[in-house]
Amino acid sequence: MRIRIDTERCEGHGRCYSLAPALVEPDDLGNGHEIGDGLVPADQEANARQAEANCPEHAVVIVVIEEHA
Amino acid sequence: MSEHPPVQDWATDFDHTDEVWAADPYPIWDGLRRTCPIAHSDRYGGTWLPTRHEDVAAIAYDTESFTSRSVVIIDFRPPNLAPRGVAPPITSDPPFHAGARRLLLPLMSPQVIAKWEPSTREYCESLVEDLRGREVIDAAVEYAQHIPVRVIARLLGFPEEDADRFRGFVHHVLEQVTLPLEQRFMGMQDLFEYLRVQVQEHIDDPRDDLTTALLNAEMNGEPVGIEHVGGTVALLLLAGIDTTWSAIGASLWHLAGHPSDRERLVAEPELLPTAIEEFLRAYAPVTMARLVKHDMEWKGCPMKADDWILLSFPSANRDPAFFEKADQVIIDREDNRHAAFGLGIHRCAGSHLARMELRVALEVFLDAFPVFHLADADAVRWAGGQVRGPRTLQLRIG
Repeated sequence: MRIRIDTERCEGHGRCYSLAPALVEPDDLGNGHEIGDGLVPADQEANARQAEANCPEHAVVIVVIEEHA
Repeated sequence: MSEHPPVQDWATDFDHTDEVWAADPYPIWDGLRRTCPIAHSDRYGGTWLPTRHEDVAAIAYDTESFTSRSVVIIDFRPPNLAPRGVAPPITSDPPFHAGARRLLLPLMSPQVIAKWEPSTREYCESLVEDLRGREVIDAAVEYAQHIPVRVIARLLGFPEEDADRFRGFVHHVLEQVTLPLEQRFMGMQDLFEYLRVQVQEHIDDPRDDLTTALLNAEMNGEPVGIEHVGGTVALLLLAGIDTTWSAIGASLWHLAGHPSDRERLVAEPELLPTAIEEFLRAYAPVTMARLVKHDMEWKGCPMKADDWILLSFPSANRDPAFFEKADQVIIDREDNRHAAFGLGIHRCAGSHLARMELRVALEVFLDAFPVFHLADADAVRWAGGQVRGPRTLQLRIG
């Protein structure tokens, strides 16, 4: 799973970095940015989904990466 | 408070200062959402009321068709002070808006606001200390209303002893919206004269506060003018007080009337941030306004230039098409994309401050008074208009 903040949509409500502080951090305006490459460790997947489900602007994008056998 | 005649029909004659609306607006909005989702009233010279989340969001995002140059509905059309508006950035439209907002946001970021948490907590604790031992307290008058006034005064570097004046300005601008033009004008003059003196004192004697930071800031490479600073300071003073006071009061009102929710939050304080988001959704205090820019048909409505839009984020937050069990207050609601702080480019610049104040105020109150009930449910008085919250809230402690 990968998390990404759509900077075009983000208005700085801050729900993402409150709910998933290990994955998203605020800049000096309060807008969220994914930390590093946005890869979500297994134990952070629930937080990532919470961040997505609480963004008023629909700016949090979760991409589930298919695993190839 | 309303000088307008009582509302006869909510779909064709609504008025947000009506006493019935102030006391309990939710059934009104629920009814309109089902039968007349974008209502119209001839009051205030022509006003539209979108009640569905999708329409409120569409208007908030459409800055081409709707202007923010005035965001408080009054009986008159405000002077056009474009591009800045009277209180930038809330009264500014693109493209000016972006620079005015860029100026303010770093001063209100979560990192900056976190520094204010210890003094806010200390102040809340001093308030509850003064209330200890009492059987009945007024949580709106004796607790909630003081917190944001003190915090915003310190943030701006204004005299804390002027708290009553600040509340007077807020009452005038946001609640006395049906006054005649001359009285509105005089009230605004008082406010801006007060701010002029405060800003001048900061020019003469710079200090470590938000007013000085604004005076030293640059917008698009140019110093910010004094009028702009005065307008932004006016915004912070007006928007930072009864909004948060309302949110604190409404949350305490809910907990006073729902003992199981109160008991759960006392037992599980870690749930409080989630519960706060639900209180913000269900009892969102702030309704914004827009003006229609030009004659147009919008979703079948014949809108005219300078018609008001009463932009009800509180109604959007109760839309069952957008929220499951929208009419229920569920303090552990996990998916909560609420719009209490608005949507789009005008997202409340003080939202991080408001959330911090609300959380600290509730933590301190619940810690001091884990058991409380409404002393007289019928005596609770709610402010109407565009900022809704309890202005009297008698609680029986213990």
